[in-house]
Amino acid sequence: MSKYRFFKLCSLTAAASMLLAACGSTAPTAPTAAPKATDAPAKPAATTAAPAATAVPAKPAGKRGAGDTLRILYWQAPTILNAHLASGTKDFDASRLILEPLAAIGPDGSPVPTLAAEIPTLANGGIAKDQTSITWKLKKDVKWSDGTPFTADDVVFTYNYCANKETGCSTASAFAGLKSVEAVDASTVKITFDKPSAAPYRTFVSTQGYILQKKQFANCIGANAAKDSACQAANNAPVGTGPFKLKEFKSGDTVTYVMNENYRDPDKPFFKEVVFKGGGDAPSAARAAFQTGDTDYAWNLQVEWAVLDQLVKTGGKAVLVNTPTSNVERVMFNATDPSAALGDKRGEVGSPHPFFTDKKVRQALAMAIDRKTIAEQLYGQTGDPTCELITTDPFISPSKLYGGLRKCEPNIEGAKKLLDEAGWKAGAGGIREKDGKKLKVTFLTSTNTLRQKEQALIKDAWAAIGVDTELLNVSSTVFFSTDAGSNDTIGKFFNDVQMYTNNYTTPDPTDYLCDFTTGQISAKSNGWRSGNNVRYSNPEYDKLCDQLRAAADDAARKDIVVKMNDLLVTDAFVVPLVARKRVSAMAKDLKGVKGTPWDSEMWDIADWSR
Amino acid sequence: MLNHFIRKVLYAIPSLIGISFIIFAILALAPGDPMSEFGANPDVPAEVRENIKKQLGLDQPWPVRYVKWASTVVRGDLGFSFAAKIPVTQLIGQRLPQTMMVVGVAYLLSLLIAIPVGVLSAVKPRSLASHAVSLLTMVGISLPTFLTGIILILIFSVELGVLPMIYDTNLKLTSAEAWGKQIKQSIMPIAVLALFNAGAMTRFMRSAMLDNLPADYVRTARAKGLSEWTVIVKHALRNSLIPVVTLIAVNLPAVFTGAIITEQIFRVNGIGELLVSSIQRSDTPVVMGVVFIYAVLVVGSQLIADAAYGLLDPRIKFS
Amino acid sequence: MSTLAKAALSPRTTNQTKVRTQTELAWRRFRRHPSAMVALITLIVLILIVTIGPMIYTVNPIKPNPLNGYVQMFSPKAPLGTDDVGRDLLARLLFGGRISLAVGVFAMLVSIIIGTLIGSYAGYYGGLRDFALSRFTDLFQALPVVPVLLLVTYLFKEPIKVSLGRELGVFVLVVGMIGALNWMTTARLVRSSFMSLKARDFVEAAHALGVSEAAIMFRHILPNALGPIVISATLNVGGAIITESVLSFLGVGFEADWPTWGSLVFQYKDFIGILNHAVLLPALMIFITVLAVNYLGEGLRDALDPRKSR
Repeated sequence: MSKYRFFKLCSLTAAASMLLAACGSTAPTAPTAAPKATDAPAKPAATTAAPAATAVPAKPAGKRGAGDTLRILYWQAPTILNAHLASGTKDFDASRLILEPLAAIGPDGSPVPTLAAEIPTLANGGIAKDQTSITWKLKKDVKWSDGTPFTADDVVFTYNYCANKETGCSTASAFAGLKSVEAVDASTVKITFDKPSAAPYRTFVSTQGYILQKKQFANCIGANAAKDSACQAANNAPVGTGPFKLKEFKSGDTVTYVMNENYRDPDKPFFKEVVFKGGGDAPSAARAAFQTGDTDYAWNLQVEWAVLDQLVKTGGKAVLVNTPTSNVERVMFNATDPSAALGDKRGEVGSPHPFFTDKKVRQALAMAIDRKTIAEQLYGQTGDPTCELITTDPFISPSKLYGGLRKCEPNIEGAKKLLDEAGWKAGAGGIREKDGKKLKVTFLTSTNTLRQKEQALIKDAWAAIGVDTELLNVSSTVFFSTDAGSNDTIGKFFNDVQMYTNNYTTPDPTDYLCDFTTGQISAKSNGWRSGNNVRYSNPEYDKLCDQLRAAADDAARKDIVVKMNDLLVTDAFVVPLVARKRVSAMAKDLKGVKGTPWDSEMWDIADWSR
Repeated sequence: MLNHFIRKVLYAIPSLIGISFIIFAILALAPGDPMSEFGANPDVPAEVRENIKKQLGLDQPWPVRYVKWASTVVRGDLGFSFAAKIPVTQLIGQRLPQTMMVVGVAYLLSLLIAIPVGVLSAVKPRSLASHAVSLLTMVGISLPTFLTGIILILIFSVELGVLPMIYDTNLKLTSAEAWGKQIKQSIMPIAVLALFNAGAMTRFMRSAMLDNLPADYVRTARAKGLSEWTVIVKHALRNSLIPVVTLIAVNLPAVFTGAIITEQIFRVNGIGELLVSSIQRSDTPVVMGVVFIYAVLVVGSQLIADAAYGLLDPRIKFS
Repeated sequence: MSTLAKAALSPRTTNQTKVRTQTELAWRRFRRHPSAMVALITLIVLILIVTIGPMIYTVNPIKPNPLNGYVQMFSPKAPLGTDDVGRDLLARLLFGGRISLAVGVFAMLVSIIIGTLIGSYAGYYGGLRDFALSRFTDLFQALPVVPVLLLVTYLFKEPIKVSLGRELGVFVLVVGMIGALNWMTTARLVRSSFMSLKARDFVEAAHALGVSEAAIMFRHILPNALGPIVISATLNVGGAIITESVLSFLGVGFEADWPTWGSLVFQYKDFIGILNHAVLLPALMIFITVLAVNYLGEGLRDALDPRKSR
């Protein structure tokens, strides 16, 4: 009987949960996406154990192919190597060994030329004075791994590939808002924007901008991209300009690379071969890096700090690579009434929330949370308590911390006082009441041990001020989906409180901040897909967004960003908790790894050595 | 009898259609979408997600998608994976060897353990060996594999450092050295699984033997002066195998879907891992492909079990 | 039917000179198993501990106290220590046992009842009815578990919470789901036993005596098929306890901060090496429970099966 069935069920479910957890969860977040993070200043990854390791200059000890095999471990396995059709960070990272953008974004947030000969700027005339176009000069002697020359045609082709909606590029937003992309000559590409752009380094840059070979993908534009069998083969074995080329790919399992003999830098890469293994869960990946040394580099170790700390201390085979990012774990209060009884009006702007419309209630709940404990107990070195939504330089400096990030001490008495003032008096069982209504909230997040512990801590804090909390969790597959069939998505937000991590992926947070404007409110009419899922609406904030979009001067922009951050945080619909870092582990003898929050973790793999 | 089976096979077709339809409906109605791995990532805004869904054909109503799916399956094509963008059959083909190497071997091993051990502990129920085996099978049943897996890793990979904790699916088994590595990396996953499977199977085997040993025909056989060995193996065991065969046949397809947790823990990345990660990505064609093959095997093995009853127990009447 | 007639119909007639009731006989046979008696006592003790325990040891199992991080065993503050957010492990173990035992027993009952009904009906009647039920069983066997769980929760969690209340509603949902997903093997075993038993002489004899179909199925054949059923049942208890953990982990089970033995093992599995007992104690409790239920099952099987009077 059942035992077998049980076995199956259990294993299936347990596995799934591990995975789910992993995925989204665990960290909370959105796992994934590409580069996130932020760090700011040119401070490279802060390694906990061996700072020296990262400090080594990028010049490897040997020359091309002097090293043996580099073993990389991702607990999510890559499923496709054409990053434009990627379904997660793992895919962007695995294809980065083969495919490259024109420029990467370094740790300090400024672009670093890869396929480009130089970074176009206003000063060197690469960016038009009216900011309506940008002209990239390409390196001249670059060859694809099949020996054919890399030209501007390939760049233009990549644009055409993703500009076609039917191709279904997940990177499509990087190619939006362009009037044209044209090859001026074989080594010059001119991009013309729809309207003057303050964010010129958006296209062909970082993880969203890998260049595909025209020769290989010429027939793959549109519906063919995924359906044609030659294109399917190309998607899983792209020809690239990067330091490595593909040897073998088992989708969802292992990618094996060998060095690209045609790579433009004759001294790189150091390693002859790279094995990029996927699968399992984050804690066991950490074990493999720290305790057994079965891997040289383990990605995204979203593991409870108590566990990770122990592995770091007792393992000794690897060091932690912490890269500060723009990821902020946050709690959000619903501005609209989520009760099912409202039917079609549920969660719509016309149905205000029964008590979260009162700023004092929101502030009281925000004030009761002990961010420091959450950060220290659960995140340790992998996260800092924060009261800011924007955590990166130049807006707020995490590096000059801990002065830079406000951390908001918990204040239970203050919170109680606010609730008293708002008219909520202690009732039966210590739960506050007002006009016969109890102060009860439902609190949803994605399934993941770490998040469930955060929930428990927050529930406890709220219990102390007389708020009754019902904790709910749902698999991240559902939580982060836009599935119209489910009521448990972040877009619908049919609960009182929800929690997850979000981030901005370019150093400039304009779009991210402007997602909280009235025009972006998610509602049934837009399929619950717009970014403002708390349904926050503040005319003053909307105005700041317009000003930010119009501002060209860096100092003015900074000023506006800080103002918007402050307004959001004091209005307390969005309550930042923890500024999270990107956490990986690398073997003690690995050198040359520099983390950047704005690009793939594999962005500098050509420089890695032993 | 042959007629009987031809009829049964024909009956199986509508039931496969029914099963696949219901599974498809469940997958279509269950919440989740293929883009959820991007989380709240602002780089993949709503319109982009919609375009991708359209590219995958997810904008059509699910009954239409089912009909399309079914019509391609008839042609032997299980569709292509949303995530990997390659044919599902190719993906399954890549995964099957791993699953067979580990899960299949573990299943066989647990049978080889369970049958003799179950018989022994039934024949000599009061012996020390029987009690010890009982206890061990109980450990197998009550410890979840995610725990036994971690414990083995801690002992053999972390403490002793003798076995690898990451399964290498790239090994080409062409040399003695590669075989050595293969055996080393298979020991822990196979042990975890075999412990789990053998526990339950041993209990069933033992129970069936206990039911049959006191039966008249066994006494008669003994009375005829047959050797104890003959009595037990030829008479009692043969009858006891009837319920056990059901189990074996019915659970054989489970070998195909693999032992998901074990595959995860050791990163064997077989079919089980494929199934779970596809479910998690809402990669419906892959889930459908794996589950459909699984359903075919379930129905098929039910037929085999029926046949086996007939062979083992001539009293069963087919009508 | 009189005891005598029953004895006559029994496949192997035992020479009972003294007329005793079936219950007396069963109890006598049961007591002959010392291991079964020990198991029974163990289970009773376990049940007492988890019911009365939380009343005596009143520390809140879900209240975090993160000031000190995790606390090791035998601390004066917490006899079994705490986890990394300071939740008391003894309290969690006790409280978790309540849920786990209840889930194990009820889910087992659900799956055994469904499995026995379907299996006996299919095996006894055969033909078209057997065919339909077998396909139904196949269908359940082939269902992909995770999407089904997600779907079921999505469809029923809210309504069931509204109609039965938050706690009872989730309990019923969890027990129902585990039970409903695990009856198939029981059904198959019962079916094959029935197929084989219905051809035996004593069934024919009962038919000849004009005994009703239901009575033949449940009073004559069923007792002879108890072996596999009892084994299924005992395996199901442990399985249900473990499965439950995974359900809560999927967000399909109890509220996230509620402890159960299974979810404790799952939650703390990565703490091996730091808080070994946090993992091993709940695992041990599950082991003891499974062991006890199993030995109890052996005793019960002998007790209930009239053929075996050794």
